[in-house]
Amino acid sequence: MNKPNIKRLFGDGSKHLSVLALSVGLACHAWADDHQEKSEEQSPYVEINKDPFPSTYKPADSGTVLITNVTLLDGVGGRMDNASVLIENGDIKQVGNSISVSDATVIDGSGKWLTPGIIDNHSHLGVYPTPDVDSHADGNEMTKPVTAEVWAEHSVWPQDPGFSAALAGGVTTLQILPGSANLVGGRAVTLKNVPDRTVQDMKFPDAPYGMKMACGENPKRVYGGKGGPMTRMGNVAGYRKEWIAAKEYKEKWDKYEAEYAEGKNPTAPGRDLKLETLMGVLNGEILVHMHCYRADEMAVMMDVMKEFDYQITSFHHAVEGYKIADLLAENNVCASMWADWWGFKMEAYDGILENIPMVANAGGCAIVHSDSDLGIQRLNQEAAKALSDGQKAGLNFTKAQAWEWLSANPARSLGVFEQTGSIEPGKDADVVLWSGDPFSTYSHAEQVFIDGVKVYEKGNDALWPVTDFELDQPGEGEL
Amino acid sequence: MKKLNRVTLALATVATFCVSPVWADNIAIVGGTAFTMGEQGKVDNATILIEGDVIKSVQSGGSVPSGYKTIDAKGKWVTPGIIGACTSLGLVEVEYSAGISDYTAKLEDSDYLGTQIETKYAVNPDSSLMNLTRIEGVTSALSVMADTDTLFQGQGAFISLGDKVNPIVKGNAVMTLDLTGSKVDDTAGSRAVVWPKLVSVLNEAASLKGKTLRKKDDWDGDLSKADVNALVPVMKGDMPLLITVNRTIDIRHVMHLKQKFKDLKIVLVQATEAWRVADELAAHDIAVLLKPESNLPYDFDELGATLSNAARLDAAGVKVVIGMDTHNARLVLQHAGNAVAHGLPWEKGLASVTSTAAEVLGVSASHGSVEKGKRADVVVWSGDPLEVMSYAETVVIEGEEIPMTSRPTKLRDRYLKMQSEKPYRYVKP
Repeated sequence: MNKPNIKRLFGDGSKHLSVLALSVGLACHAWADDHQEKSEEQSPYVEINKDPFPSTYKPADSGTVLITNVTLLDGVGGRMDNASVLIENGDIKQVGNSISVSDATVIDGSGKWLTPGIIDNHSHLGVYPTPDVDSHADGNEMTKPVTAEVWAEHSVWPQDPGFSAALAGGVTTLQILPGSANLVGGRAVTLKNVPDRTVQDMKFPDAPYGMKMACGENPKRVYGGKGGPMTRMGNVAGYRKEWIAAKEYKEKWDKYEAEYAEGKNPTAPGRDLKLETLMGVLNGEILVHMHCYRADEMAVMMDVMKEFDYQITSFHHAVEGYKIADLLAENNVCASMWADWWGFKMEAYDGILENIPMVANAGGCAIVHSDSDLGIQRLNQEAAKALSDGQKAGLNFTKAQAWEWLSANPARSLGVFEQTGSIEPGKDADVVLWSGDPFSTYSHAEQVFIDGVKVYEKGNDALWPVTDFELDQPGEGEL
Repeated sequence: MKKLNRVTLALATVATFCVSPVWADNIAIVGGTAFTMGEQGKVDNATILIEGDVIKSVQSGGSVPSGYKTIDAKGKWVTPGIIGACTSLGLVEVEYSAGISDYTAKLEDSDYLGTQIETKYAVNPDSSLMNLTRIEGVTSALSVMADTDTLFQGQGAFISLGDKVNPIVKGNAVMTLDLTGSKVDDTAGSRAVVWPKLVSVLNEAASLKGKTLRKKDDWDGDLSKADVNALVPVMKGDMPLLITVNRTIDIRHVMHLKQKFKDLKIVLVQATEAWRVADELAAHDIAVLLKPESNLPYDFDELGATLSNAARLDAAGVKVVIGMDTHNARLVLQHAGNAVAHGLPWEKGLASVTSTAAEVLGVSASHGSVEKGKRADVVVWSGDPLEVMSYAETVVIEGEEIPMTSRPTKLRDRYLKMQSEKPYRYVKP
């Protein structure tokens, strides 16, 4: 996968966070002064602030926590019995069979399983929250087929009770996407599943943005009577037209940067929120998540991707992923899938239970996703079904390998695998202690840690986040 | 399903060889742990004899008489066929933009009450949903309308997923009525309109005192004779009345209806907030058919949504049935398993998709348990059927072992074998 350099893009706060659209590039200024042949003095360098809504998430102090005697699935295919995991300052410090440490909070995990927190890269929590009333329908800007200018984070309602329910299901990180009505739906945002007041308080620090695109029936259905596109060929023309405009826009910025670097005093291109997002994709800074069901359409989209030199990070739903599992692997495109949803429309008619293991078996990046405020609460069961159906068909993945579908692969698809998605030293301590084998219907997420801080414990009222909405309602405090 | 061929073949067998006056294969399922869901309870090392389309005997140990095909179930779990308690199986192939879906009906500009709607005429046994559902162990189902713009959503049929020509087991099995806030909002717009109308309808139906109106009979009610006649078996309690309702106060209104019309056999459907009045529901003998995983407040009718709805209702003595889905009706066991994970006793979890479902839907004489004389719907499982990693290994419906294939399994097998040189369309699994 073409993974952008996250630190380069967003990590250096001193460069990007403090400025708005204009900033004085001191180095450039000095450089220009040295070149006396330039008669025209350079105007301040214009730079687009790529992080105007910065994360304000700050984990509490985790202290030192030692979880002992667990069956460990590390999220990258490994399993260790009778394992211990040491958490310090919010990170995984050590993994082993016997870790001794003085002065730690010890959690005896005998009989329990420990896994990386589940990462759902396809959620509409907050943008289609419950109560699911018209006033809350903030996930699809169905006003025109390309709305790359909208950002899902501006629709996220942090009081959605679904966040708490997902936490009780062991979900520690999730991507909130715009809906699939539009060819380009807008920017997606990655959150840590920490209950808080504002979306900025939940934003995953340094995570790149995603951009939602959609194939097939939905754009056709929505815009068929509203000026188009009304066909699949119209959809593809729509993407290509926008990429041409984005290329031109990018060339303008590239030219501006080059000329400024030469000491000239060019005029910066005008700002365009839509094209900035598309340009971010062309620059490898924004990751494309594309709703696409049919094999043939995914193949077309991978050609559009090559035509305009960008990367599709993951197809979503990819109900026919199994038909082109080899092509997905060759092109480094992940497939984010359900275990068994099918049949609600023609493009979902060929869904099979073995889709996930068949994509994985071809060497592809298989991901279990929810797209559902109920499904997100038991993604471990979705992986279990896919694992079992695969085994039945002779695809003999292990439970340890299947957990990669739930944590490492989705983390990769969100560009946050350096930070989370596996239990390895140095990673964020986003972990779940399960009451038993998480591939059993009867197991529960007993304790959920985000950055080493226990944010949920089954049966512990003090660690059950109740939203403002639920206060004094009949369901207050109910899971 | 290749019904016609099988029937023809069976007739040919009888005619040509005269081996048996009944179906060719009698089946013995031997050695498994049977959860009969009947009076015998759990039977270890069970020998289940199936003759024709009925169960002949269930016992621990014992021998198999000659003339039986033996299915070895040693180390396996055996249960009755699973019942899809509230589906639209056979009424829909693809939901959106794909032609007619018989599970919805548009009757605008009509004062049609909806009681005359009968799904039995719309069930298509060749629907691809049938095979992919039954190979997961679901052997029979209630098939009802999903949505109509009438007050009642009509009569649902109880169907078999076997290979008989006629899938209908009981054509007029239940009457359905949706009183949720969202449904009322879509139609009359206010409960203040819908409820008085409903009470008036039931009063008229009750005035018939169990006798249907003939063409020549005088009738000065507001309803048409056909509409009110369709409610007669409901008022007598011969046909369960399935009422979809979520809000606590609406459920209380339903209990008032039951007090007034005592013979009604009421089943609440969905019933998100039912746990809040669990004791009263038990006292009124009102069963609940629910979605155990629906724990979010989708609207202001469902603020009390919780994963423990099923467990709390059961603890109060309410009969709990699980199984509301169509394309994924096969997931009913996962749903029941999750109810168990949240406090429903395991036996009640299995009963919610077998014996209790049959009892509540009025088909327990023939379905819901592995007992002598019952229809031979039996499933052999790889393990605990409520576990997500378990699966059905053998499925017997009406005494016939079904082929474990479906459209999705053929798609799977075609693309599993795609590595070969042959273009995929020539691969016919």
